[in-house]
Amino acid sequence: MGILTAVGLTLIYRIDPDLAFKQGLWVVVGVVAFAFVVIFVPDYRRLDSLKYTLGIVAVGLLVLPALPVIGATINGASLWVAVGPIAFQPGEFAKVALVIFLAGYLRDNREMLSMGVGPAGLPSPKHFGPLIVIWGAAMLVLFQTNDLGGGLLYFSVFLAMLYVATARWTYVGAGLGLFVAGAYGLYHVKPHIAERVSIWIDPWKDAFDDGYQLVQSIYAIAGGGLFGAGLGQGVLLKPEGGTYIPFLETDFIYAAISQELGLAGAAAIVLLYLIFAYRGLRIAMLADDGFSKLLAAGLTATLAIQAFIIIGGVTKLIPLTGITLPFVSYGGSSVVANFLLVGLLLAVSNHVNQER
Amino acid sequence: MNTQIRRLFLVFAALFVALVAMSTYWLWKAPDLEARRGNPQLVVRQVTIKRGLIYAANGKTIFALNRKKRVQGRTWYLRRYPTEGLVAQTVGYSTIERSRTGLEKSLNDYLTGSNANLRTLFDRTVDTLKGITRQGNDVVTTIDVTAQKTAMEALAGKCGAAVAFDPRDGRVLAIASTPTYDPNLAEKKFAQILRIKGPCKPASPLVNRATNDLFIPGSTFKVVTATAALDSGRFTTQSTFDDPGYCTEYGKRVSNYADQDGAEVFGRVDFPTAMEHSINSVFCNIGKAIGPMLILDYAKRFGFYEDPPLETPSEERLRSGLYQGAKLFEPTEPNQVDPGRLAFGQERLLVTPLQMAMVAAAIANGGILMKPHVVDRIVNPDGNVVTRTSPEQYREVMSAGTAADLTAMMRLVVESGTGTAAQIPGVPVAGKTGTAETGRQGQNDTWFIAFAPADRPRVAVAVALHNQSGTGGSTAAPIAKALIQTLLSRETL
Repeated sequence: MGILTAVGLTLIYRIDPDLAFKQGLWVVVGVVAFAFVVIFVPDYRRLDSLKYTLGIVAVGLLVLPALPVIGATINGASLWVAVGPIAFQPGEFAKVALVIFLAGYLRDNREMLSMGVGPAGLPSPKHFGPLIVIWGAAMLVLFQTNDLGGGLLYFSVFLAMLYVATARWTYVGAGLGLFVAGAYGLYHVKPHIAERVSIWIDPWKDAFDDGYQLVQSIYAIAGGGLFGAGLGQGVLLKPEGGTYIPFLETDFIYAAISQELGLAGAAAIVLLYLIFAYRGLRIAMLADDGFSKLLAAGLTATLAIQAFIIIGGVTKLIPLTGITLPFVSYGGSSVVANFLLVGLLLAVSNHVNQER
Repeated sequence: MNTQIRRLFLVFAALFVALVAMSTYWLWKAPDLEARRGNPQLVVRQVTIKRGLIYAANGKTIFALNRKKRVQGRTWYLRRYPTEGLVAQTVGYSTIERSRTGLEKSLNDYLTGSNANLRTLFDRTVDTLKGITRQGNDVVTTIDVTAQKTAMEALAGKCGAAVAFDPRDGRVLAIASTPTYDPNLAEKKFAQILRIKGPCKPASPLVNRATNDLFIPGSTFKVVTATAALDSGRFTTQSTFDDPGYCTEYGKRVSNYADQDGAEVFGRVDFPTAMEHSINSVFCNIGKAIGPMLILDYAKRFGFYEDPPLETPSEERLRSGLYQGAKLFEPTEPNQVDPGRLAFGQERLLVTPLQMAMVAAAIANGGILMKPHVVDRIVNPDGNVVTRTSPEQYREVMSAGTAADLTAMMRLVVESGTGTAAQIPGVPVAGKTGTAETGRQGQNDTWFIAFAPADRPRVAVAVALHNQSGTGGSTAAPIAKALIQTLLSRETL
């Protein structure tokens, strides 16, 4: 995690020193938040009782950017809330609140959800209901904010936690099926999403306009070679100023890593996320109560899936959806929220250690 | 729940492996991607290499050099072309925005020092270790600046090309194409180049007309027909013909060249006279007698149906031969071709000026065609020669005897035939005119191919012009003459 942050800072510095300074400040804020959680949240399990409050807070945060006056639409996605000079992405914080809510909710209902009813072994509609409701909510958020990446993230995390809680692949299958169906429906309604998909299928069809970002990202990854051009040596900045890849310091930071540190550097970053996933899930396995297990697994899944969605996007493995690469990308909300997330995870880990 | 958590980890592991696999896939595709327009990767890497210079034959006049520019703490080497439009199409340009053309493209590896030559490889490694800017190799061409200027001035205001090379070793001394353009505009003012106008549409200033434009050869192709007729032994210089002013093909009359008094009629003539006056009916009958396949066989000996040899990019060189639509057509049956029209250079024949210069050069050099080349040597930054082009035989086209017979015939053309405008006092010139009528007034392709001095040739030239109302003798021959005069006066040759 420290290494990820350091690599991110280094690359952001290389792209724009001013941004790196700001990012440095955010990292400090993040570390303070992290320390606060670890030290002053003595028993994170009390969050359990706040789960419905947090669930409402999460939904509230997600809806915030869609509100007039304070909501701000940047790059076709309404993800921002602007209050005076400060703009932040409430979605980044919503994901932490959402995981806490789900951990509590699923712990309470896992028994019922696990029971099969009827010939197909499906649970009764009463218990299947929440799945539908959350699917609907994710789709609504998606529809409202144009944020395909966020929608995919929340929903995947939900499915992962649901699976951990119930051990039923049918939920995952049904959930994915619903998501694809929903996304397909939106594909026909929302031009923003249709465009993303057509770029993904063939970015070279319009390599100088719509497909430009992805095409340039691929060029940067391919051009990096095995060991990269070296820090500060890569072809990232245009001679007339600006970067070849728009949003290089946020969504496309993985392309910058590939260009300057090569496949070796990029693979190392992916490996760090894998190690993080391993450590996080290990905490979940060692925890002895359902809430802790689900919380740790959910928080870990959030980071891992987020990393996958954005790296998959910039490498054209999946359609590109703009979200940050946790800890590495530039972005205050993202950094602080992710430190908060890891702080919670560490609190679970501390608790596990104390129990022994 | 631990089983599920373990499985969840395996899913994440699989997803992450897919990410690395995808990154690896792009690495594997990198060579493919680098060539794409708009990919800054290769361009920026190449622009930071101190690119080699391109020189004229004298080793002093520079066709292409570098202009330094500081960009983000690094030195970029951008191209400048001091001679502007002089050899624009052959030297080409190297830009960031529009990639490369001409020698700048085909010799890019040498000019950027990325050629796999052992010496360059060593230099490059040492440079990298020392942290020195990579330097490319210099290219010294065979182009004679004075002759090149003469050719460009003579062609000014026309759509055409002139090629001159030394028939003894294949050195291209001049290679001119008009209308021309200033390659310095290619980087930022490309639209200006596209707006250049000329007496042909499109004016295509970027096209190297010497190698990448097709002209109807007309009567210059009679030299090829005569080569086939004489070298195969089917006819001799003593052969005689009756010229009624036309030749009968497929039951129809094909007339001789007509002036205001109607078609010319020469009566009983010998082979040299038929060449001297470019009598279509005689060549038409020769064509019918020896058949199209033999003529095309000899054309191939001259290099027809093959990429003309030169160091410019292959996509900037067209093959000469019969064309059907926009495609080269190689007949397999004699009845696919009209032998009479083929014999005097009509049918569907289309040729490049370079190809016709090769025809003249083969005859000039006693039947041995030397491989034309425009690069003399490539020199590394320390001044050591990386490669040097040595004269190479391209084909043995005909016997020395046939070459001598043809030389005598072509001398007659200049002395008293259709090519008198190319006469040079004190220097015997052998040549052949060509006037290919396209059927539209003022849109003839006109030609002159020649070599001189006819008794000891040092230069072979071809001049071709589009959209002319006069004959090859009146339009192209004077240009060829000027070019030959300049070249013969050069002491270095």
